Amino acid sequence: MADRASTKASAERAYEGPPDYRLTGRHGVSPSVSHDEAERYNFLAQLNRHLSVHVMPGVAEAYEARVKPRFKKRHARLPEHRNEVRKGLVEDGMFQFWSALRRNTMEMRQQAGLSVVLRQLDQLQEKTRGWLDKAGEGALKLDPEQGVPDYLSAVDHHCMPGSYHTELVPEDVSGAANYDSGLFVTTGGALGRYSDGGGQALVQWLRRSYPEFSPRRILDLGCGLGHNVIPIAQAFPEARIVAVDTGVPMLRYGAARAASMGVTNISFVQVNAEDLGRFPDHSFDWIQTTMFLHETSYKGMAKIMAETRRLLAPGGLVLHVEQPQYGEDMPVFEQAMRDWDAFYNNEPFWTKLHEIDLDAAMVKAGFSPAEIIHDQVTAVVDRELFPDAADDDAEDFGRKPSWHLIGAKVA
Amino acid sequence: MEKLDPLKLASAKAKGRRPFFFKDRDVEMVLSIVMAVAQELAVLRQRLDTVEALLEEQGVVRREDLDAFQPEPAHAEARARWTQEYLARILRILQQEREAIARGGEESSEEAADRLSGR
Repeated sequence: MADRASTKASAERAYEGPPDYRLTGRHGVSPSVSHDEAERYNFLAQLNRHLSVHVMPGVAEAYEARVKPRFKKRHARLPEHRNEVRKGLVEDGMFQFWSALRRNTMEMRQQAGLSVVLRQLDQLQEKTRGWLDKAGEGALKLDPEQGVPDYLSAVDHHCMPGSYHTELVPEDVSGAANYDSGLFVTTGGALGRYSDGGGQALVQWLRRSYPEFSPRRILDLGCGLGHNVIPIAQAFPEARIVAVDTGVPMLRYGAARAASMGVTNISFVQVNAEDLGRFPDHSFDWIQTTMFLHETSYKGMAKIMAETRRLLAPGGLVLHVEQPQYGEDMPVFEQAMRDWDAFYNNEPFWTKLHEIDLDAAMVKAGFSPAEIIHDQVTAVVDRELFPDAADDDAEDFGRKPSWHLIGAKVA
Repeated sequence: MEKLDPLKLASAKAKGRRPFFFKDRDVEMVLSIVMAVAQELAVLRQRLDTVEALLEEQGVVRREDLDAFQPEPAHAEARARWTQEYLARILRILQQEREAIARGGEESSEEAADRLSGR
């Protein structure tokens, strides 16, 4: 309490930052989190915010003051491409410190989450089994023949040991419970109480953009543990939703999590999104991917987009949510900073996805240019308790829940 | 069920060669250790704050009260502000590096001494 005095001057300012971890939502398969475990998450969420608000601006300052002049001296011109910017940045101490701290914070978050989950794995499996039994057979359909695409097994995405697919034990849910429990840290609570701010944003966008559109059959590709698709299932309770992924622990945990939240209209299915041959043509009114395409590959994405075209019913809608593209209007410095995740956070397709002409990829998949949609959304959260990305000027390149939408509404 | 080693698995390395940013990777490894210790100190301070709050409120603390603890909104905010101040304190040198960049090529004390003594 001696610190009260020292906070007095700053107490004049409204608090900005992550909420307490204990405000995040609980569901039937949530890992229990002890006092100290909650405080590790709180510390890491604050550390992420500190890095983006107080350290990262120093990288931009160092770029202007040191990196650019050094480049100009060597090449008699300014950097013109993000790779030139990045090669300059990696020589600079400010970038090195920010990057070392950011990488380390990712790893600390994984350790914090896995510690929570692995000590209680038996109980988590039991809770999962219980909810899956209640949910009935349709809620989870596993197919061990499916395998894992090489773009998902080459490296562990965003430094998550074991990635989405590894099963440490039979009926494992540890990777998924870790992802769920610690997602708060990376986004500082900006995805809301149930990390569902992305799905909520999509529902809001859809209602505003196509008030008459009432999808009955919805497909979510690369669903993970389903946190993005649950608000969609809740918004359209009459619709049947198929959520697919190749990460078995994610599907297992996701199906149990949804059931425990009273959501009964989703089937979690183990299938590779590149080959959805089990579904006949025109099977779906709405096909959604949320932060999924950047974890695929050129070839994989082309197949996935072609499948979405085949599967869309007349009048149907396909939407992909991603971080913004590296367009000509995006400064090369920003592009280089956004590339950080590709080079240093195990996101191998990140750069490629953000530099290609997505419209051309959509056209190649069979959509007509006139059908293509572009828009932007930010996470929709309970603003009483959680930070709202739309009001937040802080930039955390690649992490802020402020997204680009690309899609198509077919005739 | 197979016996897992949670402690070892929780600290497992992600697949894919790890990037290092510092000129000397050993220094970066030490930074990782320092930040982990910094985290544990923050956890300990919040635990102490919780004990103080529970003592103030109920005069006695049972261990299970700690895990069930839910700070009131104003208290949660005060704790969050403490963490923000704590981070500003321990990462002070990075703030100072930014200030040095903003000031451009500053004169060192030695240079000032030489200049002021007229050499």
